[in-house]
Amino acid sequence: MPYFQEYQLNMDRADTVLDALMHIRDTLDESLTLRCSCRGAICGSCGMRINGHAALACKTKVQAMVSERGVVQVEPMNNMPVIKDLVTDMAGFWDKVRQVQPWLQPAGPEPEGEYLASSESMNHLTGVMGCIMCGACVSDCAALEVDERFVGPAALAKAYRFVADPRDGAGRSRLLALNEPGGMWDCTRCMECIEVCPKGVGPMDRIMLLRSRGIQANVPSTCGSRHAEVFADLIYQKGRLDEPMLAARTFGLRNLSRLLSLLPMIFRAFVRGKVPKSGPLHRAIPGMEKIRRLFQRMEERL
Amino acid sequence: MTTSYEYDVLVMGAGLAGMRAALAAHEAGARVAIMTKVHPVRSHSNAAQGGINAAMMDRGDDWEEHAFETVKGSDYLADQDAVEILAQEAGREILTLEHMGVIFNRNEEGRLGTRRFGGQKRARTFFVSDFTGQAMLHVLFEQLMKARVPVFEEWFVTSLVKDTDGRCAGLIGFEIRTGQFALVKAKAVIIASGGLGRVFEPSTNALICTGDGMAIAYRAGAPLMDMEMVQYHPTTLKEKGLLITEAARGESAYLLNCDGERFMKRYAPNMMELASRDVVSRAEQTEINEGRGVDGCVLLDCRHLGRRLIHERLRQISEEVHSFAGIDLTKEPIPIQPGMHYQMGGIKTDVDGRCWDVHGAWAGVPGLFAAGETACLSLHGGNRLGANSLLDTVVFGRRAGRCAADYAREVPTPHVPDSTVGMEQQAISALLSRHANRDSIAAIRQEMGVAMHSHLGVFRDQEGMMTAKGTLEALRDRYSRVSVQDKGRVFNTSLIRALELGFMLDCAETIVYSALLRRESRGAHFRTDYLHRDDVEWLKHILLYRQPDGSSRVEYFPVRLTRWEPKVRIY
Repeated sequence: MPYFQEYQLNMDRADTVLDALMHIRDTLDESLTLRCSCRGAICGSCGMRINGHAALACKTKVQAMVSERGVVQVEPMNNMPVIKDLVTDMAGFWDKVRQVQPWLQPAGPEPEGEYLASSESMNHLTGVMGCIMCGACVSDCAALEVDERFVGPAALAKAYRFVADPRDGAGRSRLLALNEPGGMWDCTRCMECIEVCPKGVGPMDRIMLLRSRGIQANVPSTCGSRHAEVFADLIYQKGRLDEPMLAARTFGLRNLSRLLSLLPMIFRAFVRGKVPKSGPLHRAIPGMEKIRRLFQRMEERL
Repeated sequence: MTTSYEYDVLVMGAGLAGMRAALAAHEAGARVAIMTKVHPVRSHSNAAQGGINAAMMDRGDDWEEHAFETVKGSDYLADQDAVEILAQEAGREILTLEHMGVIFNRNEEGRLGTRRFGGQKRARTFFVSDFTGQAMLHVLFEQLMKARVPVFEEWFVTSLVKDTDGRCAGLIGFEIRTGQFALVKAKAVIIASGGLGRVFEPSTNALICTGDGMAIAYRAGAPLMDMEMVQYHPTTLKEKGLLITEAARGESAYLLNCDGERFMKRYAPNMMELASRDVVSRAEQTEINEGRGVDGCVLLDCRHLGRRLIHERLRQISEEVHSFAGIDLTKEPIPIQPGMHYQMGGIKTDVDGRCWDVHGAWAGVPGLFAAGETACLSLHGGNRLGANSLLDTVVFGRRAGRCAADYAREVPTPHVPDSTVGMEQQAISALLSRHANRDSIAAIRQEMGVAMHSHLGVFRDQEGMMTAKGTLEALRDRYSRVSVQDKGRVFNTSLIRALELGFMLDCAETIVYSALLRRESRGAHFRTDYLHRDDVEWLKHILLYRQPDGSSRVEYFPVRLTRWEPKVRIY
C-alpha cells in the first residue's frame, strides 16, 4: 500500500523541490527514488505531483510550495502506474504518443534544398516543439481519469505539431484518425493541462486548434463537432443556449435511445433547480442584432 | 536466469549521436538496437541551445573557412582530415535534418536562417530558437519510432563484452526497472553515451553525464585520447552552473566587469565576446581573479537586445534565468561565470567511428565504434567551437552507423561463454552486500567534483594537479569500501550512482594523468607554469591505455595536418 514518509531538512530560499529531494537522497535516505537529469526544465525527467498538482521538481521553488507547517507534499504522477517512490511507468504514455504517428509525412518527393516555409509557421511550431514530454498534462488530465482510451493532451499536442506543419502532407488522414472516439473530441476542456504544463505548450489550446482544423477539413461530423457547431448556431439564432435543442441536434432526433438516456440527468437537474423557470423552450433574447454583429466581426477576423 | 539478445549493431546511448548512428545502420540494412539508461528524449543532447554550424556553399559560404576556424579554435590540436569532413558534409546533414522534420528558423524568403556564433566570422549557425538540441533530439526520436528500431530503454550498461578472440561481442547490462541482467550480443558496438561533465562540480551537464561509455571502453582496452582537454563555457549561471547559450552573445549581448567595461576588448579586440570559448573563459576568470568581478562573477548584458528578439530567439534562457535566478534579462544583466561544459577528449576513433590507431588497425577492441562527445577523432582538439558539437553528433554518428553496419556484414557472430553474465552479476552482488560504513557515494562524488574543478579548471599548474591526483587516490580507496544503502532490485538508483561513480573516477584519473603530461598551454589546457603553446614538443595527442593493474600506458600520436600550418592564435 502506498504511504507517505516525512523527511526533515533545511533549505535556502532559492532551492527547488529537486534540490530538496537530492539533498534527502545524498544525506538522509539514499533509497529515495526519482528520475532527474538536467536540473534545468529541459529533459522532462522529474515530473511529479507537488502539493497535488503535476510539475517539474527542478522548476518548482520550495518557497512557493511550503505550507504554514513547513511541509511540501510530493507524490508520483497520476494516470500512470507507480513503479517505486516518485517513479512512474510511462510506457502507456509513449504508446499513446506513438498512436498519432508522430513523424513527418511529407507529400511528394523531397526537394533538392530545404522545404520552403514561412517564418511565422515555423515560429508557431516552436511553441509546440517546446514540449518535453514530461507527462505533467497527462498526469492531471481529468478526461483520462475516467476514460483510459483517451489519447490524452501530450499526444494530441504532438499531433497538432504535424497537422500545423506546412511540410506535412498527411493532415487530412491525421484529422480523420483524431476524429475517432478517444481522439480530439474527448477532451473535456478542464484546462488543467494548460495550468500544469511547465513549458507553456498549452495542450488544450492545441486540441481546440485541431478541432477547428478538423471542421475546416470537413471530417465527418461527430457528437463533439456537432456540439460545437450547434452551440454556435443556437447563440447566433437565439442569443442564448437552448439546451434541449442542443442535445436534440447534437445527437440527432433519430437517436432516440441516446436522447432518452439523458432523461435521468434532466430529472436530477430539475430537482436541483437547474431548469429555467421559463420552461424548456427558449426564445431569442432582445438585441439580437448586436450578437450577430459580433459573429460577423469574428468571421471577418478569421 | 538471464536473457540473451542478438543484433548486428548495438548502440549504447540514445542522444543525437546514438540515434543518428542507429538510423544510419538501420538504413544500411543492419539489425540494430539501442541500449540507454534514460528514455531517448531525456538525453543530454537536449541541452544544446544555440544551434548547429554548416557552411552552405549554395548561399555564398565556404566550407574551408568553417574548417579553418574550427582548426584555429582547436588551437591546432584537431586532426585536420576529420575537420575537413565535418565542414564538407555539414550542409547535406542540415538538409537531411530539415527533411526529417526539424523546424529550423527561417528568413523572410522561407529559407533556413542563420545566426552568429563564437570563433567564426560568418553567421553559419542554423537554429531552432534557443532549444536547437531539443528540437533535433525529438525529431530523431520521431524517426526512430518510424523505423521501429528496438530500444532497451532504461537499461544500465555495466561492461563491454569480448569474445574468445578478443573481438567486441556486445554489452552486458541490467534493466533498471527489474534489476534483470542480460547479455546483448552484437557484432559491432557503437558507444555514443555522451560526456563526463559530472566529474566536475559544478558543471552545465545533466546528472546522467558520468562518462559511462568512455570508462567501459577504457576498461575493455580501447585508448582514451585528449582527455586533458576540458571545455569551460564562458556563460554559466552563478552557483547552479546552468548554461546560458552562446547565442546570447551571438545576438550581440555584452560581457561587463564591475566597472561596466566591455573587458573583452583587452583580450580579443577583433572578435570581442565572440572569441573562442577558452579565450573568453580565461578573460572572465582573469577579471574575477584580479578583483574586477561581481561576487565571483562577471555580467552578461542582454538589455539592449529588445523584448521581441529575446522572445523569438532566446525564449528558453529568458525563462530559465527568470525561474532559476529571478532575473528579467530585459531589465538586469545576468551574473555568470565560466563553468565546466564539454569534454573534447574521449574514445579514440577514425573518421568512420572505428576505434582505430593511426596505422589503420583496431586499437584494443576490434568491432568497437564511438560517436559524439564520447568519441575523440580529434575534431575539437584543444577547444571546441560553439555549435560544432551538434554537427559532430550527426555527421559522425551517421558515418559510424553506416560503417558499423558494413563491418557487421563481414564478421561472424561472436561467441561468448555463458558464464560472462554470471560473473558480472556476482560483482554487483558483492557491491550490494558490502557493510555500511560512515562514508557515502554522494560524499565521494562531491569531493571528486570539487577537486577537479579547483585544480583542473580554467587555470592549472603542477602543484594543483598533483593535489587533485592525491585526492583521487584517496577517493579511489574509499570507493573500494563504500556501501550501497538500497539493497532492492527494482529501480535501484543508489546502485546506479555507485556504478557511475566508478566510471567517473576512471575518467577523472585519465584527465589528471594527461594534464600532468602535457607541459604547455594549448586551448582549454592552460598551465600557469607553462604559459605558451609548444608546437615543437606538443603538436601531438596523448593516448592512454588501461593496464591490468589499473594504471595507464601512454602513447603519442602526431596531429594530422592537411592544409593549415599552426600559427599564433589571435582573436
